[in-house]
Order: sequence, then C-alpha cells, then structure tokens
Amino acid sequence: MNTIINFIFAAIKAGAPLLFGTTGEILTQKAGNLNLGVEGLMYMGAFMGFMTGFYTNSVTLALLAAFGAGAFGSLIYAFLTVTLKANQNVTGLTLTIFGTGFANFFGEMLIASTHGGAPKLSPDFSAKLSELIIPVLSDLPFVGRALFSHNLLVYLALVIAFICWFYLKHTRAGLNLRATGENPAAADASGLNVNRIKYINIMLGGGICGIGGAYISLINGNGVWNNGCINGQGWIAVALVIFASWSPAKAITGSLVFGAFTIFQVRAGEFAATFPPLAFLSSIPNAFYVMLPFLVTALVLIITSIRQKREGAQPASCGVNYYREER
Amino acid sequence: MKKDSVTSEYAIELRGITKAFGSVVANNNIDFSIRRGEILALLGENGSGKTTLMNMLSGIYHPDSGRIFVGGEEAFIRSPEDSARLGIGMIHQHFKLVDVFSAADNIILGTESESLLLTRRRFTRARQIGERYGMTIDPEKKIYDMSVSEKQTVEILKVLYRGADILILAEPTAVLTPQETQRLFGILRKMRDSGCAIIIITHKLNEVLEISDRVTILRRGESVATVNTAETDAAKLTEYMVGRPVTLSINRPELIPTETLFNVYHLTVVDDEGVIKLDDVSFNLRGGEILGVAGVAGSGQKELCETVAGLQKLKKGAILYKKENIEGMSPREIIRLGISMSFIPEDRLGMGLAASLDITDNMMLKSYRDSKSPFVDRKSAAEMARQVVDKLDVAASGINQPVRTLSGGNVQKVLLGREIHVNPSVLITAYPVRGLDIGSSYVIYDALNEQKRRGVGVLFIGEDLDVMIELCDRIMVLCHGKISGIVNARTATKEQLGLMMAGAGTDERYGTEVGDNE
Repeated sequence: MNTIINFIFAAIKAGAPLLFGTTGEILTQKAGNLNLGVEGLMYMGAFMGFMTGFYTNSVTLALLAAFGAGAFGSLIYAFLTVTLKANQNVTGLTLTIFGTGFANFFGEMLIASTHGGAPKLSPDFSAKLSELIIPVLSDLPFVGRALFSHNLLVYLALVIAFICWFYLKHTRAGLNLRATGENPAAADASGLNVNRIKYINIMLGGGICGIGGAYISLINGNGVWNNGCINGQGWIAVALVIFASWSPAKAITGSLVFGAFTIFQVRAGEFAATFPPLAFLSSIPNAFYVMLPFLVTALVLIITSIRQKREGAQPASCGVNYYREER
Repeated sequence: MKKDSVTSEYAIELRGITKAFGSVVANNNIDFSIRRGEILALLGENGSGKTTLMNMLSGIYHPDSGRIFVGGEEAFIRSPEDSARLGIGMIHQHFKLVDVFSAADNIILGTESESLLLTRRRFTRARQIGERYGMTIDPEKKIYDMSVSEKQTVEILKVLYRGADILILAEPTAVLTPQETQRLFGILRKMRDSGCAIIIITHKLNEVLEISDRVTILRRGESVATVNTAETDAAKLTEYMVGRPVTLSINRPELIPTETLFNVYHLTVVDDEGVIKLDDVSFNLRGGEILGVAGVAGSGQKELCETVAGLQKLKKGAILYKKENIEGMSPREIIRLGISMSFIPEDRLGMGLAASLDITDNMMLKSYRDSKSPFVDRKSAAEMARQVVDKLDVAASGINQPVRTLSGGNVQKVLLGREIHVNPSVLITAYPVRGLDIGSSYVIYDALNEQKRRGVGVLFIGEDLDVMIELCDRIMVLCHGKISGIVNARTATKEQLGLMMAGAGTDERYGTEVGDNE
C-alpha cells in the first residue's frame, strides 16, 4: 500500500511543474498563439528563480523573478508574432533555443563564481519549500500523505489552474480571450483590442510557465543548480495542452498522469519488489523508462487528433497571425 | 443612443464625398442621404463604389474630401469604434461570429457590462433584444449548429444590441433561400417602422423593388440617380446602372435533348471529417440541355463538381459517361473523354487559373500535353488566347497581360473561354457569373446557350433563381447533400424552388419531375 501512496505522492510532485507549463500554454493558445517556446520559458524561469532565491533567500522574490523571466521571454515572442507578425512556430522554437542557452550560460557563470562549484540554496530557503504539514488533513490515512503533505508550490499550481479555468469559463475577460483565439476578426469587429488581449495573456501564460521552471530548479534539484534541468518537460507541457483539450481543469489530471510517467523510472524497481506479478518491470532497461513519457506523449497526440468535438478543440485561429482587413 | 440630437430630416447625409486609391477614383463627389424610418437600396455594379462609400461610414476609410452629417451634426468617423458610437452598424456579407460560442455570447461580446462575470442574464437579454424586433432566437444555441439565416439574425441582433439605429447590410440575401429572404425582409420592415434607417447594398433588382423605399444608383464612382422605388422599374434601374438600355431576357434555345451523356447513380460523398456531403444523389445529363443545380451555399454543389471531375473520391455509387464507368479515373483521363469542366470556386484564381501567368500561358495549362514536341508550343496557345479574347470580348491590354490584373468578369471569361475552346461534350460550371456585372453576365449566358446548341450537356451550378428559371432546362435542387427534386425550369416557380432548397420534397401538385434515370 505504501508503495502506491508514495507513487501517487511522487507523481503529483513531478506533475506540478508540468501543470504550470500546461496552464501557461493554454492561456497563450487561447489567445490564438501557439508558443513552442515553453521549454525556453521554463529554463529562463528556472534560472532567474534559482539565482534570486540563492542571493536573496526569499521565496516570494524567487517566484516573482521566475514569473518575470517567463513574462519577459514571452514578451519577446508576443512582439515578434503579434506586432511584427512573424511565423509563430519559428519564433517559438527560437525562444526555446534562446531560453535554454540563457539558463545554461548564466548557470555556468553562477557555478564558476561559487566556491566549490555547486551553487546551493540555503537550508533556510529550502525549508520554506519543504513539505507542509496541514493540521488534521495531513493525518488522514492514505490521502493525508498522498494529497495533503505537499510543498507550497504544488498547491500554487492547483490554485493557478483553478483560477485560469474560472477565468476562461466564467468571466467576461475570459470570453474576450476565447473570442480572440477563435476568431480575431469577430473580436475586432466587436470592439475588442485584439493585440492588447494577446499581449496580456501571452505574457501571463509565459510568466506561469516561468514559475513551472522555478519549481524544477528550486525543488526537484534538491537545492543545487543543475544546467539542463528542464530536460524536455516544457515539450511535454505543450503536448499536455492537447491532452487536456485546452481546459486548465483537465490539465490537472493530465499533469498527474504525465507526472507518474516521468517518475516511473525511479519507481519501477520498487514496484517490481513489492508486487511479484510485476517483477518483469525491473528487467526492462532504464532507457525505456526515460523514454516512456515522450512515447506516451506521441501516442496521446495521435489519439486526441482523432477527436471530433468542437468545444474541446484547438482555438480555430491558433497559430495564425491576425491582420486587420485593410486594402 | 443619441436620439436627442435628431434635428435633421436625415439620419445620415453625405455631401460631396470623394475618395481615390492612387489614380483610381472610387467615389467622385457623391451626395447621399437616408431618412429615419426608411429603407434605402444602394445599387450598382461591381466596382461602382458602393462598398467604398459604406466603408467610409463604418470608419474603415476616410474621405479625401467631402462632409458627413449624422443626425444633422457633422461627424468625423476615424475608426470603427467612432462609427459604432454614432449608432451605425454594419452587417457584412461574411459573418463575423465565433463559431463555438452561443448566440448570446456573440451578441454581448465586447459590450460594456456591469458584471465581470458571465451570468445567465446574458441569455435573457439576448432573447429580449430579439423579441423587441420580432426575431426569435435560441440564445444558448451554438453558432456552428445554426443555419445561415439564423447566423444572419445573430449578426443583426449583435448590431442592435450595441444600440445601432442606422444599419448597413451588404448583400444580405446572397446566401438565403427565398423564404428566408422574406423573413429577413419582414424583420427589416419592422426595424424601419420602429425608426431605424436601413441601407442595403445589393445588385438584385427584384429585391430592390420589393423592399426599398428609395434607391440610390452608383455608376463608376458617381451617384447617377436617386429615385423613389414606387416610381421606377427594373429596366430603368438597369439603365442607370449600366448607362445604356439592356435587354434583361435570356433567349433559351428550345431543343430536343440528344443522347444521355451522364448517368449518376446513388452518389455518396463523405469528406475528411466523416461528414456526408452528398447523400444518394442520382440524376442524368443529356446533350443539348442545361441542367441547373440550385441550393443554399454548401449543400453539396462543390462536392458534386469535384466528384464528377475526378478530384474527389466517392464513397458509394457510380458515374457513367456514355455508359462507361469513370469512377477512379484521374482528371486527366476524364478530360480526354471530352468532359470539360469549368469550375469557378469562390476563390476564382485559386483553382481554375494561375494568377501570375498571362492569358496565353493559362491557355497552355490545358493544352500543353497534346503537343508532341518536347518544347512548349506558345504559338498555338497565343492563337487560342486571341480567339478567346475576341469571342468573349475580354477587356485586356493584350494576350500577355497577367490574369491577376484582369477584372473579375474578365477572369471568368478567360476561364470559360479556355474550357469551351477544347470542344467539350460536357461542361460543368459553378457560379460562372458570381461577382460579374450585368453586361458580362449576359455574355456568359449567351456562351452557355451556344454550347447547348452545339449539343453539349451543361451542368450549371447557380445561385440566382430568376436566372436559373430562364436559362436552364431542368433544375435539380440540393439540400444538405440530398436531391429534394428535379423540376422542369419552364414550369418551376421561385417559391417552389425555395421550399425545395429548404428541404421540402417535390410537391405532388407540381408533378413536374422530368428526365428519369433510365
């Protein structure tokens, strides 16, 4: 039983950064822009969050810096695609390359300037992001450990996903956003400022992706900066958007499932030892488990592309730049 | 919104408006006015400046000179927002609606609201605004579930909800069945009676005569006349539009159809998304007749053309050409059988012609394979281009003019001319007069009738029912991919065709089903 509870706990912990990335990308795509730069945005957030936490010891400042880095990265993207009408795919891919280089370049400098070559967050800082003990709830059998003893950022991810769901579904601003992504000409004709809506939501989405990156550098890295820490998770987040059919609420379950796949490599041995029928799991090479989340991503993309329903589909104008009709 | 400022007799008055694009004067010193409680038709051929003039009212263009008065006060309309603030609402020919939204969400989109949240009240409000003008809509229905006519109603409500009392409708009946058109006219009359000023831009004369109180006619950027509808008729209006008297009748050759060229049996076509586009369609086409295909836009006309031409796969059924099955043949093989198709899609230069090439090169697109030499034979293509230009009276600077730079009507003539030139036995033509002025339209009709006289079977996909009744021998009506009936054009009425377009089968009373599939 403990094996399963620990597995769920670890899956949630590993799924949280994906949830940030997915929620951020959903906002961006709802504005009609496909931003393939999530990986880069997460890298920028990861580094800026880590560096700020390293020097200031403040979680709030670290998160703000991560958000700011993601928002800044997506501002570049928005300027290129919304104002200059550059190709969205190319711009997004470039942003990934830029963000990865940015984090590794300055990360290398941080390593070089640190005594001992391993920049490590102070124990005091790490303690603030350690697992919380919630009175009563944490003591519940099974679910107490699996659901109610996570670090602060896991709950932040859930809250942000919930707020975004509410924003999209139940507010006028969300209606305006959806109209912009579906049919910018209709939004424009209705008197909405299409470019402003795009800028705001692309930057909000980018900022949320940035926090996802900080989650990885501040929590998954055990407090030590590690170049290349994002390692493809931004790409999984992009795929999760499709899996979640552009709904932040569905992104919660989606990120949990993918979180489970990403940690399966470290848990497979434990499963094999605990449950005799699963003993074969330990004989599968580790490389397979490393590949697993990407394999599942590919399968999910194939399966979901068959889906027909109109509401759960990509915003109709996503990926297409908007030109006002003028002769 | 600004009813207190009604001091003038006119809702809108334009004085001496001039607008030029480069060296082309689109509007030249135009005076124009509309009263409250009036429906005014703005009539003119393509390129006469109707749209330019209206775009100055909706804030898309600014006049080079001249003054605009709204409700008696001079107005400077710099943007669409300014225009909306003055109570001017434009309903475009192509709807600007969000497909996955409900009617109510489309109506309230972008308007001021006291609440930041989306509440159920928006549905009530949308219903109320509809009831005020006698329009019933289901505010929770999604746009993608709506018929064209329902979508148009939502567009109108959207404008009314924003407080507009001056409405401009661009070609509002182009996509409607006659019954839906009547319904729209009812709504427009009701809005007029409640004090709105309504401008409809159109080129359908019979509708102008039916709905409008006054008509302003533009020709080549100038306002040539404004007349009371009650004091005019179709012939006079045409004369104003064209600048010379035009006979508005099509001389239908009465021939006895020859052998059956096409037998289409139980044709079923499904698109990539699994939607049935043509459902069990059976008909035949004989030499020396024009078979019209009527239907609301998107009823399967495009699929019918493309399947017969071999561009699209059929799921079920068979297509026989002179008793030979042509299913699975490539377009090339089909063309060689003598089935020439002139297919003119909405995007005219997309499928039929290569826009950047000149007239001669476009002629070669069809003929180059027939030459045995490894080099292209430009000489005979040039000869062919010259013949087409002469015969159909194409206004071009020469046969080396890129097709892209020709006007819409002339592009159509080049395309049709090329198809006719290869002496086809079957001619498939979709919307050949779409966007053409009256003069050019009649050149095309005459050309089609000449083909019919030569014994060609013509499949004519059309939209103007008045024309189809005069031009065709039989009319087949499609509705949602099904044939609702094939009637004799000599006895058919517009109302009957309209009902069939909406899905009603052939009524027993008419009993005019002709040309069964033997």
